[in-house]
Amino acid sequence: MSTTDDTTGGTTGGTTGGTTGGTTGGTTTVATAADGTTAPPVRKDASPSRLRLAVLMAARRLAIAIPLLGVVSGLVFVLGAASPFDPVHQYYGTRIFTAAEADVARTRAELGLDDPVWQQYGHWLGGVFGGDWGTSRSFGQPVGEVIAERLPWTMLLAGTGLTLAVVIALSLGVWSAWRQGGWIDRFVVTLAHSLEGLPTFLLGLGAIAVFAVALPLLPAGGVSDASGEGGPLSTVQHLALPALVLAISQLPWLILTVRQQLLVGLGDDHVAAARARGLPERTIVLRHGLPTALLPFVTTVGTRLPELVTGVVLVEEVFSWPGVAGAMVKAGLNVDFPLLVALTLLATAAVLIGNLCADVAVLLIDPRVTADG
Amino acid sequence: MAEAAQKTQKTTQKTTDAHDRWRPGGRRRPGGTARPGAAVSARVRVLTALALLVPLIAVIVVLPFFTDAATTTVDYDAVRQAPSPGHPFGTDDSGRDVLVRAAAGARVSLMVALACALIATVLGTLVGAASGAAGGVVDSVVMRLVDGFNAVPHLLLGILIVALYRGSLIAVIASVALTHWTTVARIVRAEVLSLRSRPYIDAAISGGASRLTVLTRHLLPAVAPQSALAVVLLLPHAVWHETALSFLGLGLPPHLPSLGTMVADSRDDVLLGAWWTIAAPAGVLIAVTLAVAGLSGWWRDRLVPRRRSELAL
Repeated sequence: MSTTDDTTGGTTGGTTGGTTGGTTGGTTTVATAADGTTAPPVRKDASPSRLRLAVLMAARRLAIAIPLLGVVSGLVFVLGAASPFDPVHQYYGTRIFTAAEADVARTRAELGLDDPVWQQYGHWLGGVFGGDWGTSRSFGQPVGEVIAERLPWTMLLAGTGLTLAVVIALSLGVWSAWRQGGWIDRFVVTLAHSLEGLPTFLLGLGAIAVFAVALPLLPAGGVSDASGEGGPLSTVQHLALPALVLAISQLPWLILTVRQQLLVGLGDDHVAAARARGLPERTIVLRHGLPTALLPFVTTVGTRLPELVTGVVLVEEVFSWPGVAGAMVKAGLNVDFPLLVALTLLATAAVLIGNLCADVAVLLIDPRVTADG
Repeated sequence: MAEAAQKTQKTTQKTTDAHDRWRPGGRRRPGGTARPGAAVSARVRVLTALALLVPLIAVIVVLPFFTDAATTTVDYDAVRQAPSPGHPFGTDDSGRDVLVRAAAGARVSLMVALACALIATVLGTLVGAASGAAGGVVDSVVMRLVDGFNAVPHLLLGILIVALYRGSLIAVIASVALTHWTTVARIVRAEVLSLRSRPYIDAAISGGASRLTVLTRHLLPAVAPQSALAVVLLLPHAVWHETALSFLGLGLPPHLPSLGTMVADSRDDVLLGAWWTIAAPAGVLIAVTLAVAGLSGWWRDRLVPRRRSELAL
């Protein structure tokens, strides 16, 4: 799932029209022909068959993703079975010391704890296919309900954060590549490298200390005022700090990628040709250099999704945001196995789907890309 | 004489600048070439990183010999005291010395991170080299598994592992190491693939060397520098990961002070005006990650002049 990896095997060279990719078949990389292209890309009459290619790629990816989710959940169950943690102790709490042996044994049988792992897993899998993800112990609600209540908030936060990050990264990255070696460039690159080493939770706490405590401009956490009413404006106010912190935590890598790709793109022959024609610098950078540099960037954003999930977990915890990532932390603290499994799978599925969307988008808009995997 | 030479140099510099300014886009160099003075600024960066790291490590290592206050020394007569000569970084809500605890926390965090980075690198190197050397179906299946494994968000898998094996140091190390070997595996495999076509490998094979011999005698030593670099590059990431887990309350067992736990514990102290309880662990954490990241970046630039995007974790 990497595009900038030029040493691993992968097909390079532009597809022209209907020839299907997948000549390597073995890797999930979507190889770009960013460097070393031999055949010139053909733009015309490429779109209909590319759409079919995209559909085929999506189908192949899904065919891999579903067994993968099965393997991940199976591994998680094996981990859970090997864990020294005994759910009965949690079920009983301190009463475990006074409860009769027979009662404990009956509870164990009812909860199905004495069954072998594969049987527990089969039971859980059957429930999942029937739409029942089990009951979350830490929330006292069905897992499906917990997720349904909290997922929209997480989507709001992650969506806003990612959009902000992409917009800021694009503007700063283009600016610093434009003025390579200038003080803007040096400042932006230094800033990006420094932010890389700054833990997200410290960033969040710092933002709260400055913008919520020292200068009481924005709320420090939650999604609504204490009164419970507020409307969209209040939500936006509560969203501002967490989304900004999330965006900053994702920024360094994105900025450096945009800058690097644009610098490489500006060395291309067609840019030199544009320059030779005497076009204004603005047109050269924005119309000739940027589009080719941006296409791999879409895939880069896709490959960064796991990091986004990590950022969301920390930001939700720091800002008491009522999303699923905060629920993951609570589930982890309370060893709430059904919720942990469901959320891990949900995040994995989200990452896989996000990757797929990015790769499909690139495939549809970039004629140089071959589809495989 | 020297001054004159300097002067002429200066004027030539100026004329090239003017020359470049006249030519559209002339200030831009081809991608990957260094700007003038890059070596100097790289040296400045390394020296800054060393200037941060050396005293820090010295304090971390030496401090226990100079103070009899342990991390567990509780003094309820001196709760949340501002920095003073007796307690240079103040005391926390149980009257424990913040400096002593921060030093111990940094020590623990660095050791845990080192263990994680080593395990992840060894695992990744073995898998990547074996996969690359085997080639064919084995290679593609293994790399597909690696890619799939990479799709599970690191922190979530870490939370899961630590939640199931609560309060054990091994679980934290495992949760960080098991989520970070994939990057190393991919780099090492790419390296092995490019090495496989070298003449000396062909010579070894035609000389009758077995697959295993080629792997252990020729390929692994050749990727060793890359692996060593990977350890250093993983280090700040591992520190970050461990402190994040500890911050969430899912990290090291309570008797081991961690910078993440200290930050989490002192979140509320800030509202009481006790800024020093959070300042010390946060400052040490930022200094350690930045300095280690600066040093490892410098080493990477030396070893791999064309910066590899995959190495920048």
